Amino acid sequence: MAKATFVVPELTQYTEVPAVTPGAMAHSLPFVAKPEFQGALGFPGELVDDWQAKAIDKMGDLLGKYRSLRVYMDACVKCGACTDKCHYFLGTGDPKNMPVGRQDLMRKVYRRYFTLAGRFFPTLVGAEDFTKEVLDDWYSYFHQCSQCRRCSVFCPYGIDTAEISMAAREIMDSIGVGQKYCNEIIAKVYKIGNNLGLPGPALVDTLEGLEEDVFDDTGVKVRFPIDEEGAEILLVTPSADFFAEPHVDGLIGYAKVFHEAGVSWTMSSHASEAANFGMFIGSYENMRRVSQRIREAAIKLKVKRIVFGECGHAWRVAYSFLNTLAGPWDFLDPRYPVPQHICEFTHDLIQRGKLTFDKSENVDKVLTYHDSCNVARASRMGDVPGGQFDIPRDIIRAVCNHFYDMDEDTIRDRTFCCGGGGGLLTDDLMELRVKGAKPRLDALNNVMQEKGVTHMAAICAICKTQFSKVLPYYGMEMDQIISLHQLVGDAIVLTPGPDDDAEDDDRDDADDPNEE
Amino acid sequence: MAFLTNFYVFLFYFAALVLVTGLVFKIAQYTMTPAPLKIPTTPAPTTTRGVVLRMTREVVLFESLFRGNKWTWIFGWMFHFGLLLVTLRHLRYFMEPVWFPIQLVQPFGIYGGMAMIVGLGGLWARRFLVDRVRYISSPSDHLILALLVLIGCTGLLMKFVFHTDVVEIKAFFLGLYTYEIQPLPADPLLLLHLFLVALLMIVFPYSKLLHAPGLFFSPTRNQADNPREVRHIAPWAKQLEQK
Ligand code: HEM
Ligand code: SF4
Ligand code: SF4
Repeated sequence: MAKATFVVPELTQYTEVPAVTPGAMAHSLPFVAKPEFQGALGFPGELVDDWQAKAIDKMGDLLGKYRSLRVYMDACVKCGACTDKCHYFLGTGDPKNMPVGRQDLMRKVYRRYFTLAGRFFPTLVGAEDFTKEVLDDWYSYFHQCSQCRRCSVFCPYGIDTAEISMAAREIMDSIGVGQKYCNEIIAKVYKIGNNLGLPGPALVDTLEGLEEDVFDDTGVKVRFPIDEEGAEILLVTPSADFFAEPHVDGLIGYAKVFHEAGVSWTMSSHASEAANFGMFIGSYENMRRVSQRIREAAIKLKVKRIVFGECGHAWRVAYSFLNTLAGPWDFLDPRYPVPQHICEFTHDLIQRGKLTFDKSENVDKVLTYHDSCNVARASRMGDVPGGQFDIPRDIIRAVCNHFYDMDEDTIRDRTFCCGGGGGLLTDDLMELRVKGAKPRLDALNNVMQEKGVTHMAAICAICKTQFSKVLPYYGMEMDQIISLHQLVGDAIVLTPGPDDDAEDDDRDDADDPNEE
Repeated sequence: MAFLTNFYVFLFYFAALVLVTGLVFKIAQYTMTPAPLKIPTTPAPTTTRGVVLRMTREVVLFESLFRGNKWTWIFGWMFHFGLLLVTLRHLRYFMEPVWFPIQLVQPFGIYGGMAMIVGLGGLWARRFLVDRVRYISSPSDHLILALLVLIGCTGLLMKFVFHTDVVEIKAFFLGLYTYEIQPLPADPLLLLHLFLVALLMIVFPYSKLLHAPGLFFSPTRNQADNPREVRHIAPWAKQLEQK
């Protein structure tokens, strides 16, 4: 059980809006990136001398490149509709964690240097010089935003604080103030190919191991191919899927679905990562550079389709941005959307009656489903708006008997962030992560009490890691969070292939490895 | 008297110039700034028609605000709808003959004025009563409310208590079109009312009142959700591809 150096909030039946407590989270700071990693991303190693002028220049540059930033700096009327919508405010009470409070950290600088009113009447409109104190506040509070976009749902102008946090991080990077977690990970992708720094041979090993495990479990030879040229589908999945629990059970699920679909597929050691942390740091160039690896892999492996595994922000980059960043995809099969989500793929097979399930395999579980922010509010699945909510739920219902949704105000496009998104999934931000998870866990706790829910399924690597870490702080079990495709993989009835018969002899005892 | 009239003539020409050039500049700036990525807040419409519908609901009904905060929505909507009726009612000072729809709206304009004041009162009260809204309010947020409340109150006072000569006022404004200066009635209340309106016009393009044009340019609201079907790319991003 995790020990906390801070007070873990008590779960409540309804998430109450806390009183404003200035400075409550002012001490929360992530580690700063080392110069070598800054360099790999094209940023200065440490705070540059004339940082103030450079930062203001950069802000001007971004204001000219991003209409979102330009309009959002001007449009806010301080109506307050967003003030009680951020999980970090709800969990900490710090007013700079109210979305508008966070935006104002940038807006006061914008007004000072880019508007007439702020130049001539700074106190009247709350404009301020870009001082070192302001920069320190930026570093603290723009790393207390998981870019979940919940605020943008309720804002009358759709002001998206995520856009502002991304711009702020890009400005800070450009003057040499980077965040260790995100920037080191991106550097690792450039060097090795994935966030976890797993080299190709290690991947091959891991996948062979998985093949054996699944065979021992089921007696069916389910393949986990990598770097196979000419396969029909390229699967791009978060690297956590290769070994971490509960992620890997999801990967096993995808492999079983591909097996049943009878399509050839492959992963790639070059694009062995679906995640794209370039988004978190607001860097178009870095996001593009990471995305290009997928294009290169698709060309090299001569695939016809691209499917993404379970990962929230990766799906945002894939669905919403990949065509922009790494398209056009005219060399792929035009009959399928590029890219597809593994849930779209599985759902389609279910619709066409191609998959058989034994729901009794999941009979020990009562499920709920966590809508990951980036899937819910920044992307889609299927042909109609809202498919991203219905498709995963349809799949769960197809493979489980017991499913209950959490409170309406906390699901679908109003879902609460897990507390670890947006590049905050690092131990140096543990207090923030635990407190930010409270609104989600309030709702989870409710369905556990009222409906007897035992497990929560998710389709995001960050959500899964975050929940396994924070659930114990609240007295829940870390394995209550599971991959959606684990449920699929457990219930799916596999068709033995031609090679399975040959090895039939060790099949009976293989069926249940525990029974010896 | 001639001085007062001349001063107001100048003031309104100046205010109109600032309002129009300021807004044209801002709108041009918003139009020319690209949105490099597809970022509609989903679920979002997949077609342009759908986007027009979504935007209409935002402008007419304040749909997102309705989901966000019911009190702010009630007061905010009362204020804006009131303001709209009042503005329509005022158009009679700017046209001869008066269009039939504008004639129809006259009596409702009065109720609009009242709704506007009540709405503003509620919004202002929130700035004192709700600790979160108090925290985010700067002096300018109070001043703009004060300005609008004063405009509304002076207007209603002229309607109900201290009547003024509306025929002369109309002559004054119609005269402005052709630079034929007509005298303005020297009622202090009217002069204050008009002064504040001119002030509102001047601050409009330099303040948060930019939310009105801004909404139409907000990428989270005005983009269609079709990134897989249509490749979206900004000119500056296209240049990266040449490298
Ligand atoms: C397209 C037209 C417009 C739309 C869609 C719109 C929408 C909104 C919305 C949704 C709010 C937030 C809720 C609220 O506080 O009332 C707001 C606030 C406000 N609007 Fe507008 N508005 C428009 C035009 C105008 C105009 C023409 C004015 C003034 C001349 C104006 C003045 C204000 C003020 C002062 C506030 C802040 C109220 C407060 O302090 O809480 N709006 N507007
Ligand atoms: S994007 Fe999410 S984390 Fe960031 S301010 Fe908005 S609600 Fe909070
Ligand atoms: S909801 Fe939008 S307009 Fe209202 S305070 Fe928040 S960011 Fe500003």
